Amino acid sequence: MSMTATAVPPGKFWDTEPHHHEEGASTSLGFWIYLMSDCLMFAVLFAVYGVLGANYAAGPGPKDLFDLNLIALNTAMLLFSSITFGFAMLAMGRGDQRGTLRWLAVTLFFGLCFLAIEIYEFRHLIHLGAGPHRSGFLSAFFALVGTHGLHVAFGSIWLVTLMVQITQKGLIAANRRRMACLSMFWHFLDVIWIGVFTFVYLLGMI
Amino acid sequence: MKHMAKPGRLGWLSVLVLLAGCKAEVLAPAGDVAAQQRDLLVISTLLMLVIIVPVMAMTAFFAWKYRAKNHQARYMPDWDHSTKLELLIWSAPLLIVVSLGALTWVGTHLLDPYRPLSRVAPGQEVTEDHEVLRVEVVALDWKWLFIYPQQGVASVNELTLPVDRPVEFRLTSSSVMNAFYIPAMAGMIYAMPGMETTLHGVMNQPGGYKGIASHYSGAGFSGMHFAAHATDDAGFDDWVQTLRAGGEMLDRARYLELEAPSQNVAPMGFAQVDPHLFPRIVNMCVEEGKMCMAEMMAVDAEGGAGLAGTMNMAALTYDKFKRRGTRAPVLGWEPFQVLSFCTPEDSALMFGNASVEARSLADPAPLRGRGMEPPAGLFGRAATSEITLANPMAAKARGGDGHNL
Amino acid sequence: MATASNETTFLLGRLNWDAIPHDPIVWATFVVVALGGIGLLAALTRYRLWGWLWREWFTSVDHKKIGIMYIILALVMLVRGFADAVMMRLQQVWAFGGSEGYLNSHHYDQIFTAHGVIMIFFVAMPFVTGLMNYVVPLQIGARDVSFPFLNNFSFWMTAGGAVIVMVSLFVGEFAQTGWLAFPPLSGIGYSPWVGVDYYIWGLQVAGVGTTLSGINLVVTIVKMRAPGMTMMRMPVFTWTSLCTNILIVASFPVLTATLVLLTLDRYVGTNFFTNDLGGNPMMYINLIWIWGHPEVYILILPLFGVFSEVTSTFSGKRLFGYSSMVYATVCITILSYLVWLHHFFTMGSGASVNSFFGITTMIISIPTGAKLFNWLFTMYGGRIRFELPMMWTVAFMLTFTVGGMTGVLLAVPPADFVLHNSLFLVAHFHNVIIGGVLFGCFAAINFWWPKAFGYKLDVFWGKVSFWFWVVGFWFAFMPLYVLGLMGVTRRLRVFDDPDLRIWFAIAALGAVLIAIGIAAMFVQFAVSIRKRQLNRDVTGDPWDGRTLEWATSSPPPDYNFAFSPVVHGLDAWWEMKKAGATRPDAAGFLPIHMPRNTGAGVVLAALSTICGLALVWYIWWLAALGFLAILAVSIAHSFNYNRDYHIPAEQVRAVEDARSRALAQGA
Ligand code: HEO
Ligand code: HEM
Ligand SMILES: [Cu+2]
Repeated sequence: MSMTATAVPPGKFWDTEPHHHEEGASTSLGFWIYLMSDCLMFAVLFAVYGVLGANYAAGPGPKDLFDLNLIALNTAMLLFSSITFGFAMLAMGRGDQRGTLRWLAVTLFFGLCFLAIEIYEFRHLIHLGAGPHRSGFLSAFFALVGTHGLHVAFGSIWLVTLMVQITQKGLIAANRRRMACLSMFWHFLDVIWIGVFTFVYLLGMI
Repeated sequence: MKHMAKPGRLGWLSVLVLLAGCKAEVLAPAGDVAAQQRDLLVISTLLMLVIIVPVMAMTAFFAWKYRAKNHQARYMPDWDHSTKLELLIWSAPLLIVVSLGALTWVGTHLLDPYRPLSRVAPGQEVTEDHEVLRVEVVALDWKWLFIYPQQGVASVNELTLPVDRPVEFRLTSSSVMNAFYIPAMAGMIYAMPGMETTLHGVMNQPGGYKGIASHYSGAGFSGMHFAAHATDDAGFDDWVQTLRAGGEMLDRARYLELEAPSQNVAPMGFAQVDPHLFPRIVNMCVEEGKMCMAEMMAVDAEGGAGLAGTMNMAALTYDKFKRRGTRAPVLGWEPFQVLSFCTPEDSALMFGNASVEARSLADPAPLRGRGMEPPAGLFGRAATSEITLANPMAAKARGGDGHNL
Repeated sequence: MATASNETTFLLGRLNWDAIPHDPIVWATFVVVALGGIGLLAALTRYRLWGWLWREWFTSVDHKKIGIMYIILALVMLVRGFADAVMMRLQQVWAFGGSEGYLNSHHYDQIFTAHGVIMIFFVAMPFVTGLMNYVVPLQIGARDVSFPFLNNFSFWMTAGGAVIVMVSLFVGEFAQTGWLAFPPLSGIGYSPWVGVDYYIWGLQVAGVGTTLSGINLVVTIVKMRAPGMTMMRMPVFTWTSLCTNILIVASFPVLTATLVLLTLDRYVGTNFFTNDLGGNPMMYINLIWIWGHPEVYILILPLFGVFSEVTSTFSGKRLFGYSSMVYATVCITILSYLVWLHHFFTMGSGASVNSFFGITTMIISIPTGAKLFNWLFTMYGGRIRFELPMMWTVAFMLTFTVGGMTGVLLAVPPADFVLHNSLFLVAHFHNVIIGGVLFGCFAAINFWWPKAFGYKLDVFWGKVSFWFWVVGFWFAFMPLYVLGLMGVTRRLRVFDDPDLRIWFAIAALGAVLIAIGIAAMFVQFAVSIRKRQLNRDVTGDPWDGRTLEWATSSPPPDYNFAFSPVVHGLDAWWEMKKAGATRPDAAGFLPIHMPRNTGAGVVLAALSTICGLALVWYIWWLAALGFLAILAVSIAHSFNYNRDYHIPAEQVRAVEDARSRALAQGA
């Protein structure tokens, strides 16, 4: 009657072979799941923006505030940084430590440019009196874009740390794993930014 | 059995009611809506007991029968599957849920609190002769304000209703969320600031009932209840007359005083009420000069008031922030409010007719509000354009399925 | 009433003498806690236990020790949460006939909020997390979780959150908002002082731990199963744990984000949930329940797993309908995202929306019902041994069914219109939480205690505790159903109607019985520890178990299994016993690769706690410093590449040989 009464193969109930347990085999899955949970946070922020995005409280709306040229520049910075991170990964694949470090430095440069432009934009808006306190729309805008910016900032700190670690230890397995994670993180931020760009800036301007 | 339900087929429930010492108002209500809700509650319970009782009985029985000491019982250590049984254990609950679901669908639509009543009691349809009594309810900290727009009077913590007459409550709140509930009459509905919700109900039995706040709202919550009286028409008219005789006027200034937090408030009455008061409360613009939600939403629908809109603000001199002794959020900006663009004439138009009829606004007068240009189209629209200004949220709710997210 | 001002100083923010409650009850509590604490610290110092504690427990990355620490945390917080419950029960029988009782609203409102928060976040959550941590790796034949360091860190973050909430008792105040802190009430305008900030930071710190632990366990279950253990051969407890942790990963970020927005409203003056300026408080209510509803299934699912293990073990039978059990679990997991609106039918959504959510809610009772039937038919044709875990299981089946039924009733919107926010609702959820979650935890403790410590729990005191809990529960909560039908609202502090009093008195009696039940449980622990030689179990398999955790010694060695078990079907250990599998002691042992203990988790969590407290009190310099320190320690920790070591083969041999000898002696 039992549906699970498989015939038990004789004898072997313990795995007595010497095993090569691949180190950190779970890391990429774990990091992936973390990214999904992070993605959910952004989903909430997007939803909040969706709900509050038209509540200007008789204040300025997107058309009064956003400068698409600036944002295009900003987007370009982030996209470049993703490409250069890709080059860093390729260099790592070749085992080229100096190349890896060089491309990481370029990535960092673009990342910091992105942050600088974003900080400039925020400063400008607050200076105009369109700070996050002004309306539901602006609160949601600052929260969404700001959270993304914070992620880029932490990514940059991580990037610097990893550069030091690669310099110290070389492209050992642990560092390669970290590179793979950071690369996922960096591209993930890119994807989120595409969403921000389309949903907040482009849709706001039309 | 003080207020045994007149309406309702489930009179035999009195046994249960007895259990609760005559006070189980939910099971023995005095209003038709609550009685139908009660019926649904009881039928659902019975329906579920059809399966719950056997489950509990089987638990007890199997536990006893198959106890280790009982060697009579058959022991089947490898019996772990039976397709027939599996089918049964999924389909039995399914059947119950299907019936319950059907009941729920129909019941929810019939008893939708937004739906005007179709009967005042079993077999008594609502006809032309029934004039719906309108009551505007405001949850204040921590007392209830009732405005009777048709009678032009208002009361605090005391509600009188004529029996067998459909009542339409419009609910809002001045500060935090609350819920308005007369257990003997009809279910509860939230009262929320800046929003208007609706509840329809009727009282069938004269008497005194309790009315409560049923959503926690802060320190004075426990004392925030009121007496709800149901009387015949004459009694109701008498009561209105008594209120009228009181002489006090509830205008915006008086309301702002009343709104300040107070606990365990004794009932009071007002002989006269500013007819624009309730719409103003819903629109959160009882304070002088503050922009109403309706106006704000109309401006927003036009894309906001532009960069100049960042200027159209005044520091709060009077608001709930101040009232509770708070300053600005530590890391943020001073609290402010947005000033109205409207002229007094606009406001009059906006609230002139508190009903939610769409009305057209022509010939806008020059604008106030620090000399603001309103966005093109708001009051400068072609005379044919219509704006529903009185109660934006309510209007929205009626258009859509509700004003939930 | 200490609604002290928000005037700040640079050094201490808004912390000043007014923050110390001027209340004899709080003072007395403080003195008792302080004396107890000092006594404990003194004892630890006297017996030189600090080093041992630090090395063997606090810094341990062993999932078994972390699991036990979680459960200790839960038990400690249960006492606190229950003390709150007793205070409420006392107030509610007292405050009749014009009496204000002994608690003013400032106190009472903090108490019910704290009770709810503590019971959910710091009792039920650590209980289930601890159980999953302890049992899952053993059940899947693994040596640890995937990320042992993260596991240690997660635990300490949870403990840090608990510390923040406990501090609020003695310094400042806790939130007076109800356990979900709905704005606008929880906004800065209506809750100006520190209460809500304690709430926010306590939950945020703990929430980080919960999310990380969720990720950790999902990966562990997906990646670390013993050879041969396919998904459909996983023990049911592992299955429910998998679903639970997926729910955690997919819902806690929503809580985190929502609380961040509330924080911004309070600290920066944004307009997410404000009445005015384009904010939308209803959005908070939706978001918090999008997390909150899955949360209640996070709590119950692992216990459904426990009941499955217990029923089949003590009935001496295979679990009836394993695959339908698995599908039912997955159904519940998915459905739990489609029902959140049933918590606010009364907000005025349209009838179609309400009935949609009402019906999806009811649908959950189908898989839940399937589970109950599966347990029933597992008992059917069994040889049921009524050991303590099985007694709790039968009590659960009888109690939970009632609670589930009232839940379905609340899912009928017109019925909910009269019962929402009433004591009927309070009775419903205590009925499912105590009758389901707590009874399940007690079953689990009695079931796995011998595994964790090598001896069974005392039966006499276990039965005393059992009967007082079960009977106490019915006395404490059935009256609330009646009160709910009388139209009595929750969170009330004083009452007018004298007819209600008798019901509150019965409920209070129930609480007293439960108090005895709790006390008896601690006595049970103490007596069992004292008599441990008497109840010693050397077999490692005291209940004639079925799953892999019973295949190793009790307590298991650090490495759990010297060799990974190979799985050929469901109930792997049962199959092994049937096939007469022998211990692999003849084979040559190999060195075992293990993670190394580290203090980084404790340090990071301590810094986070300090940072949280600094933010509560607006002590900006300390918050900034704490934040920088967190960053610095994390980076420094990432420079530590030396995180593991090998247990030498000889040591493994020594341990395993000792066990073989013990087994031979016992046999
Ligand atoms: C562990 C916790 C837990 C669990 C498992 C449940 C389980 C359920 N709950 Fe409950 N709940 C929990 C915890 C809470 N609930 C709440 C509130 C709440 C509300 C909102 C009421 C309101 O605010 O007005 C509803 C509608 C439900 C419904 C249900 C349903 C249908 C189930 C079902 O899962 C139960 C399924 C089980 C059944 C039905 C029994 C066994 C089945 C059999 C025997 C098969 C046949 C049965 C039928 C066909 C009926 N819950 C709140 C309130 C929060 C607050 O407001 O503060 C909490 C904390
Ligand atoms: C052990 C015995 C317990 C007793 C006697 C008890 C008693 C109470 C009481 C009296 C209330 C307040 C009811 C009211 O609003 O009037 C309450 C609320 C609550 N309880 Fe319990 N409780 C117990 C255990 C638990 C457990 C184990 C949990 C969860 C794991 C829990 C979760 C809650 C929650 C969430 C609330 C709502 C708090 C709020 O209103 O915000 N309780 N309980
Ligand atoms: Cu729910």
